[in-house]
Amino acid sequence: MNLLHVIGFGLKVGHLLLLLCCWFLSLFSLNWFSNEGIMTTKDGFLGDRGQIWMKLWGHISECGCKIHHHYSQYIGSWKVGKNWWRRLLVAWIVFGIIVSFSVFWYMKLQAAEKRKETLASMCDERARMLQDQFNVSMNHIQAMSVMISIFYHDKNPAAIDQRTFERYTERTAFERPLTSGVAYAVRVLHSEREQFEKLQGWTIKRMDKVVQTPVHEDEYDPADLEPSPVQEEYVPVIFAQDTVAHVISVDMLSGEEDRENVLRARESGKGVLTAPFRLLKTNRLGVILTFAVYKRDLPPSVTPAERIQAIAGYLGGIFDIESLVEKLLQQLASKQTILVNVYDTTNFSHPIGMYGSNASSDGMHHVSGLNFGDPFRKHEMHCRFKQKPPWPWVAISTSVGILIISLLVGQIFHATMNRIAKVEDDYHEMMGLKKRAEAADVAKSQFLATVSHEIRTPMNGVLGMLHMLMDTELDETQQDYVRTARESGKALVSLINEVLDQAKIESGKLELEAVCFDLRGILDGVLSLSGKSQDKKVELAVYVSNKIPATLVGDPGRFRQIVTNLVGNSIKFTDKGHIFVTVHLVEEVAELEVETGSTLSGLPVVDRRLSWAGFRTFNQEGIHASSASSFPDQVHIIVSVEDTGHGIPVEAQSRVFNPFMQVGPSITRTHGGTGIGLSISKCLVHLMKGEIGLASSPQIGSTFTFTAVFTNGCSGFNDQMSQQVNNETISISSEFQGMRALLVDPNPVRAKVSQYHVERLGIQVKIVPNLNLGLSSLSSRKKTFNMILIEEEIWDEDSGMSVLFHNSVRMMNLMVVPRMLLLSNSTSSSRSSSSASGVPTPFVVTKPLRASMLAASLQRAMGVGNRGNHRNGELHMLSLRNLLHGRKILVVDDNPVNLRVAAGALKKYGADVVNAERGKEAISLLTPPHQIDACFMDIQMPEMDGFEATKRIRDIESSVNVRIQRGELAVEAYENVSNWHVPILAMTADVIHATSEECVRCGMDGYVSKPFEAEQLYREVSRFFHAVTDEDT
Amino acid sequence: MEVEQLQRSFLEYIAALFREGFLDGQFSQLQLLQDESNPDFVVEVVSLFFEDSERLLNDLTKALDQQNVDFKRIDAHVHQLKGSSSSIGAHRVKNACITFRNFCDERNVEACLRCLQEVKQEYLLAKTKLEALFRLEQQIVAAGGAIPILDEFS
Repeated sequence: MNLLHVIGFGLKVGHLLLLLCCWFLSLFSLNWFSNEGIMTTKDGFLGDRGQIWMKLWGHISECGCKIHHHYSQYIGSWKVGKNWWRRLLVAWIVFGIIVSFSVFWYMKLQAAEKRKETLASMCDERARMLQDQFNVSMNHIQAMSVMISIFYHDKNPAAIDQRTFERYTERTAFERPLTSGVAYAVRVLHSEREQFEKLQGWTIKRMDKVVQTPVHEDEYDPADLEPSPVQEEYVPVIFAQDTVAHVISVDMLSGEEDRENVLRARESGKGVLTAPFRLLKTNRLGVILTFAVYKRDLPPSVTPAERIQAIAGYLGGIFDIESLVEKLLQQLASKQTILVNVYDTTNFSHPIGMYGSNASSDGMHHVSGLNFGDPFRKHEMHCRFKQKPPWPWVAISTSVGILIISLLVGQIFHATMNRIAKVEDDYHEMMGLKKRAEAADVAKSQFLATVSHEIRTPMNGVLGMLHMLMDTELDETQQDYVRTARESGKALVSLINEVLDQAKIESGKLELEAVCFDLRGILDGVLSLSGKSQDKKVELAVYVSNKIPATLVGDPGRFRQIVTNLVGNSIKFTDKGHIFVTVHLVEEVAELEVETGSTLSGLPVVDRRLSWAGFRTFNQEGIHASSASSFPDQVHIIVSVEDTGHGIPVEAQSRVFNPFMQVGPSITRTHGGTGIGLSISKCLVHLMKGEIGLASSPQIGSTFTFTAVFTNGCSGFNDQMSQQVNNETISISSEFQGMRALLVDPNPVRAKVSQYHVERLGIQVKIVPNLNLGLSSLSSRKKTFNMILIEEEIWDEDSGMSVLFHNSVRMMNLMVVPRMLLLSNSTSSSRSSSSASGVPTPFVVTKPLRASMLAASLQRAMGVGNRGNHRNGELHMLSLRNLLHGRKILVVDDNPVNLRVAAGALKKYGADVVNAERGKEAISLLTPPHQIDACFMDIQMPEMDGFEATKRIRDIESSVNVRIQRGELAVEAYENVSNWHVPILAMTADVIHATSEECVRCGMDGYVSKPFEAEQLYREVSRFFHAVTDEDT
Repeated sequence: MEVEQLQRSFLEYIAALFREGFLDGQFSQLQLLQDESNPDFVVEVVSLFFEDSERLLNDLTKALDQQNVDFKRIDAHVHQLKGSSSSIGAHRVKNACITFRNFCDERNVEACLRCLQEVKQEYLLAKTKLEALFRLEQQIVAAGGAIPILDEFS
């Protein structure tokens, strides 16, 4: 994990640097481009280069983005250590602060060092110059001492007197800029004092008193000095420069400083300095340089005693240190003024200040040694800067800059990490939301399914009750109310089913089954259902190409749903004209000729080819052809539903397949409906690997077209299904096999439809456009016709012609007298009027044409069969009688009345009824072997209810079956039945709660409502008995 | 003539029974079940209903008299009564039973007693009406006529 962290950190830092680089680069490049932009107008080449740079920059920033993306993903995958970067950030900031401070210190130290060096060099320079100048003066004084030795002591009489000395020194003063004056004192022994005083004309005076009581210069008078007391020897000043003339006659040995100086000078033979002291008269700090003057020239290697012996006098120069240094400093005045202090440090612990203010010695200072040629005396020069050191602005700004940069980097880092964290949080939030949304979606679907189911269950009860209510005594109005309620209920149930379908489709749970079905039969069914509820003057017709196989494999229910939706939609919006359903093979459609001008009802329609203009199947003809060849079993069909209704506005055409979307709110108000049907149809079509499209123009009509892929042939499926489907039709069609019919219809399209339906019954059809041609073809006598089918339109058009035709056919004396049949749109009132006008009314076949209805009509017309014409309930009753006749049926009910009634009802249908009042009784009766064919059982019974009894019976049956299979029981003893399973149907008055699931769970096979309803009874019973029925009938 | 009149009054009477809700479609179903092979089916069933109902009503009266009313048992009885009444199409008895069962679910002794009274009353009413109907039928048969069947309930 640590390694990962390190890598992650490395990535982050790398990215950060990259970002910074990118940022700088972008800044520069942008600047550059903005400059470039001006130049571009002049120079195309530069512009190109700019573009290249732009591209490069784009690449770089893209890379940066990518990297950012990548590693944010990578880092985003860590869950651990979310706060590590905060610690890193703090560490980084601390690091930045430390660096900036250390830089600050370093630079400050550097500056101080430099300053120190400057000070040292300045100080040294000053010290050297001072020393040099001092040495120059000292040398001069030494030279003077030599001069005095030569001209005063060696000459006799002396060549120098006070005046000469004064003048000389005055004129050579420029040579000794540092001396304020020079004086010469001679050695006088006490023995020579009197003589000396006499000679000079003044007495030797002592000095120390003066020093102790310094007086003002003006008041200073050498005459006031006391004569020197008796000493062993005296050193009185005899010559002095004018500036120091007041020291003449003063005994140098009497002054403490001078005395020491004098003594040291004569011992060393070199220049000797006094400690600084206040000068007489000027009262300024000064030092006195003393040179000894010897009587004779001494060799360098003489002892101090010999030197003392040879001493003649002393030459002293007064150095005014203060003015001396001041002058020097003035010469060297520079920008950085420094403070200079000069100290005599002979006595190290008590340095004597010679120059400079006694400012506090804090801060930086430099000490330079001074050598004034006197080894005994030590001097130092102390230098200090006058001003305090300036603020180290460079260091401050540098460190502050570093600090700012590190903080900025930290900020960027922080912002980046915050952003990453935010993105991560957002991501997690989004994931959570997504999960919730998905859960909500699932919940919604579940809710829909549950609610729909829950609504359906009570709705079944409502519908059942309404059905029962319709059977009770009701007057016309009540009947109407109930019928309306029932219709509404049915509509509600179908709506709920649609919603349920939608929910199923949305959750992807809808699966198509693959069973054998008869496409034509289904279309007939759709037509009959649609035609039933329709009393508008709209012609409904279906045409199926004869290239479509009789049976296809697919999902008949869903196919029916699509067609019903489309047809229902058309019916809703069509008031006049026709609704025409055509089914072709996709391959066929391409070769279809355009029917110009003629439509089913004669009204103009939309060119239906527009409705499939967008289909992939047609756009990729080559691909389709290959796919068709690779799956020879596949049947691509194309179904069009054409109507002459209101049409759909162009702007709404794209929306019609969206759920809950109708053309407009006004339409919803006029026609109702949820608009969910088309959306479901679209989904279903997609499930059938097809496409759906429409073409529509307002006031002309719409054509919806869809394609679907089915499989050919039912070989893989049991034929029973298809048999069941086709049973009726086939049996009927055999009756008409080989018959011929003449169809009189001027409209080719309508004629084609009629021909299709009639030919389905095995009847050959010849089409003629009018009655005259019909007569001629009848009279040609080549062929006989069994029936003449005439469009109602033709018949009503010209009653005279009709009568003529009718009579001519009668008169023709044909071998087979053809029956005349009229194809009518509805059993409308026009029939009665025409019959009143004396025109003979042939047998009317009501449209929409469909195989079963047509067959029944023809049967009646031709007298082929006498069956049919039963009312629905009676039909069921009859079938029930067939089904139940001779059956041994056990009825179990604790209620004797109910038992009696149920038994009576079943007996009515010819069943052999066995009664049982208790569940236990039923069990004993139903324990194999027995001869009971079915059992009707009450659910609510005391002691043992129907469910419990059924369970036990099933247990017994299964154990018997197992034992028979194992051979433990002889099959012969069990009626040769090896698999015992008696059909048990629940009887319940409680329609609402008797859900089939509950019954099935207990091993029941179905349920019937208690007061027996023929229809329901038939439905349930036929499930078990139909196979036997086939044998019986 | 007498037969015709009898038949008309029979039809009127039965229509009134239907209209007033004493009988419903189930009764006509019963009538339909009656045929040559089973000539007394309706009478048979209805008398069975009378027997059964009287027994049940007695049981109910006893059960409700007791200190601790066994509602489960009462409910079973009422259910049975309801079943048989609906089987013969005694509509109002059935409705009374439904109300009874609701109160039974609520375990309301007072209301149950009230309902019992109502059911008894309805039962007696239905009994008298049906007996009258059967008498009319017998008269018709005695007069040599056929019992007419109401079309609209078939």
